[in-house]
This record gives sequence, C-alpha cells and structure tokens, in this order.
Amino acid sequence: MKTFKGRPVVPGTVKAEALVSKGGFNTLASYQKSLMFGDKKGTCSDQNNPDLYEKPMSGKALCLPQTIGSTTGGMVLYCAAALGRQPACLLFSKPIDSLAAAGAILANIWTEISMPTVDCLGDEFLEYVRTGMTISVSEDGTVTVE
Amino acid sequence: MIKTNMVLTEEQQAMLNGEKGEAMAKVMKTLVMYGEAFGAERMVPVTSKYGHLVTSFGLSVMKPVYELIDKLLEAGAVSGQKFSVDPRPLDKNVPSSFLQNLLFKFMYSKQNSYEEQLGKMGLMNEKAFTCTCYLDEVGNIPQKGEILSWAESSAVVYANSVLGARCNRNSGIIEMFGSIAGCVPYFGLLTDEGRMASWIVEIRTTKLPEAQVLGSAIGMKVMEDVPYIRGLTNFIGTQLDDKTKSYLKDMGAATASNGAVGLFHVERLTPEALELGEKLIRPDAKTYIIDDAELERVKAGYPCIWKDPDASPKLCFVGCPHLSLIQLKEWTLRLESRLKELNKEKVSVPTVFTASVPVLEAFNKTVESVKLAQMGVITSYICPLMYMNNPLCGKMPVITNSNKLRTYTTSRYYTDDEILEIITKGGK
Repeated sequence: MKTFKGRPVVPGTVKAEALVSKGGFNTLASYQKSLMFGDKKGTCSDQNNPDLYEKPMSGKALCLPQTIGSTTGGMVLYCAAALGRQPACLLFSKPIDSLAAAGAILANIWTEISMPTVDCLGDEFLEYVRTGMTISVSEDGTVTVE
Repeated sequence: MIKTNMVLTEEQQAMLNGEKGEAMAKVMKTLVMYGEAFGAERMVPVTSKYGHLVTSFGLSVMKPVYELIDKLLEAGAVSGQKFSVDPRPLDKNVPSSFLQNLLFKFMYSKQNSYEEQLGKMGLMNEKAFTCTCYLDEVGNIPQKGEILSWAESSAVVYANSVLGARCNRNSGIIEMFGSIAGCVPYFGLLTDEGRMASWIVEIRTTKLPEAQVLGSAIGMKVMEDVPYIRGLTNFIGTQLDDKTKSYLKDMGAATASNGAVGLFHVERLTPEALELGEKLIRPDAKTYIIDDAELERVKAGYPCIWKDPDASPKLCFVGCPHLSLIQLKEWTLRLESRLKELNKEKVSVPTVFTASVPVLEAFNKTVESVKLAQMGVITSYICPLMYMNNPLCGKMPVITNSNKLRTYTTSRYYTDDEILEIITKGGK
C-alpha cells in the first residue's frame, strides 16, 4: 500500500479499481465509440493507447499523466458524465491540462454526478499504480493505492 | 457573495453572484473554477471580433450538450460575439451506401435542431462551418495579440503560432462560455511566460519533412509543451505566404492531435519568433533532433487497424484540416500531371477533397476546379472525421494524408506522394 498526495481540482471521495494509461489519454478517441453507440461500459476506442484500448472505463479510477487530442475532450467527458458513463475519478500524475479540467469542472457544475479529480500526484504515482489495484481518494487529494 | 481566489471586476462578481440569472452564474462559476485550476488571478476580456466553436455536429448521443445550450438560450445567455464553427458532418456529395445514409440519419438526428441553436447563439453565417476559419476566404482572422475564446485544436494552434493571437486549448463548451461572458481566465498561452518554449526542435532532414509526419513527431514528443523549431525555414523559406501557411496549418494540426501542442514557434518565420527570437526559449529547454530516420520511425509506428491490411482502398480523404485554395490548386496540378504520365483520365480510388464553403466557392471560379471534377475528384465541405465515426465507415478501408484523421478513425495514413500514387494507379 502506498499513499500519494495531490491537488484536488474537483474534491470528493471514492473507492474504485485502477485503470492505468501510461501515455496521454486522448479523450475523444477513447470515448468516441462508446458514446456514439450507447456502450455503458465506456469501452476505450483509442487504437493508439495500448494500455486502455478495448478496456471498459466506466466506474474505474482512471490514472493518467494528462489528456491529449481534440478540444472536444472536455465536452466529451461532460457528456460521458451526464450519461452516467464517466470514470469513478480522474487521477493525474502531472498538472491537469485544460481539456481535462474543463470536462471535470463542467461535470461538477452542470451535472449531479461526482467525479473527484486530483492532479499533481507525481511520476512515482504512475510508476507505482497498476491496472486492477484498488484506489481510495480522499477529499483533500490524498490517494491510497493498494 | 460567492468567494474566489481570483480578482474579479464588479460586473464579473455580480455575474458570479447570480445577479444576471442562474445560468450566467453557472457560466461564470465554470470559468472561475477553470481559471483557479490553472492559478489564474484574474479574467481578461475576449478581444477578437469572432469566436470559433468546435462542436458542429448534432449527434443524438450529445443530448446533454444540447440541453445545456437550451438552458443558456432560455436564460438569454448568448454569445457576445459572432462565431464560426467546425465543419458539418454530412454532405450528400460524399459517397455513401444506403445503409450508411440510414445510419447517418439516425446518428445525426439532432443536426437541424443543433444548427438552429447555433444560429440563436451567434453563428457568423451559414457558410461558417469549417476548421480553417482563419483562412482569408472565411474571414475569421484574429490579429496578433488578440485574446480568443476558441476551441478546435488545429485552429487554436494555428491562431497562436501563425497569427500570434492568444488562446488556450479550450474545450468545447468552455469556448462558448468565454464568448458568452466576454472574458476568459488569464493563464497558460495567454501569458508571455506560458508562450516560452521548453523544447528546441532541430530539423536535420535531407529534404522538406512531410508536414503531417513532422507535426506528429513533434506532438508525440513534446505533448502539451511549446516547441521552438529550428532548421525548418531551410526548406519552407522565411515568408509567411499561402503555401507556407498551408504547410504550418497541416503540421500544427498534427502536433495538436498526436500530442497536445497549442503553440509552436518557427525560427525566423512565425510572428513571435521574428520578434523575440531565441529569447522565447526557456533556459532549461530540452532538445529533440528530427532527421530522416526519426520521421521514418514515427511513421512506421502508426498502427493499421483495417480488418484486412492488404485491402484495396475504397475511399480517400484529403483535407483534414480543410484544404486552402492553394492546396486545392496544387493537388489538381499534381493529379493532372500524374494521370497524364499514366495515360489515364480519372482517379482510380473514389477521392474527396474537403475545404470550407467559401474556399470551395473561390476554387470553383478557377480553371483547376473544372479539371479536378473531370478527374473524378469530389469536393466537399464535410468533416471527414465525423463521416468516419460509425461502424459502417469504420470498416471501410479509407486512406488519408491526415494524421489527425488517422488518429481518431480507422483510416490509414499515407504521405502526399503515396496518396497521389494510390489514387491515380488504384489497388493497394
């Protein structure tokens, strides 16, 4: 078990199974198919992301460095949240990028769902965490991995 | 009074407090929270004449977005500036089967109602659907130093880099909120500090790099950082003419979609590089050397996810981002010349060249447009990405010279020269 301290961009508490993307998370490419065709599991459709491709994302603790790609990214994340297909939480090793921040904040202000979002967890966090581990997120941005 | 760490003007604070209604309060709260996430201390006014929105498609599944816009319109929270918007997803000129047409009808069932919403929100005009709003024919051309509230990664990176305007890589919806509130949080690429380069990219190739591969290589390496590119002017010169701007348009789109680049500087070429030169480079900047082998390595790494990798292409898209007028003319001349060499009259693979309506109208006044049509090439204002995003089109072996389209769809990337050979000769 290891604990990491980040910055809560959208504070909240949650416990979920980790899903880890070592590379940048392309939000549009990842959610494109699942949003378009009503896949409630949120199966990742980003062919360029070997860590996540064809894995379900809904309800997972998504661990990632940052998001990349199209500027529809935040809106796509907002839609995933409004439709109940969002990850349980977003955990960034690096400072959050503008698209992910937009998605997390839009979901927080314009929907009823809770998607705690923590950034600045450090490179060590992403090196340590593995898909399938259990993640607990605290209100103050403390993330426990076990 | 709602508290924030940011220093707001009286008007902005009143908006946040709900004095202009609940919808406007939520718009301002979103912008404030967005700014706080990046340490912004204040808002700055949006100073460009026009905005640009990324969401152009009435996808039935994007219902939450349309409901949100309805709430804004009902509350009178409309954009304070007119805006252009990304390309439409459908065009009957683009080849599609009966089944595909049925699917499009289902998928984009909200297109008409969404376009009505855009009209009420502040769309420039009916022709303002393009990702290349900054081209002369379209007319949404920000000035150097102007503050924008835009989205569309390829347009943002172009406006920042080639025009010297200032815009963050805003997400869809956020860009609309900035245009509604008339202000955006001051951070990132809006600041002098945020526009400094943390990468030096040295171009050491033996010939002009393919714009789309060069951009891809840079994007995948620097991710969201700002690169300062040296050595490129050896190939593209130091004049920002239409040809050079088209090259930077395509290179920039690839940096933004294969990575998350919002601004690049090209030594002796782009506005801030001309003004400030190497003062733009951070002292701790890293160096990335790009030679022929590196470009080959990057290109060889693109996965091909066609069911049958040896399939003959059924469709070719050229123009993501949309083509400029000079690109349409150059492609026409290259095709004409190659077909003549092959003693052929028409392309052998159904091929679609995409550009904005105003660019296509200008092109249609040229002799090249007649030649292009005679060679069997279709022109369209469509967004190829939107066309491709369904299981039927996704299974088709589609080829493209766009690294952005490759990234988001099942289409297969080829260089311009390779595309020329494939579509003129046919086969694999």
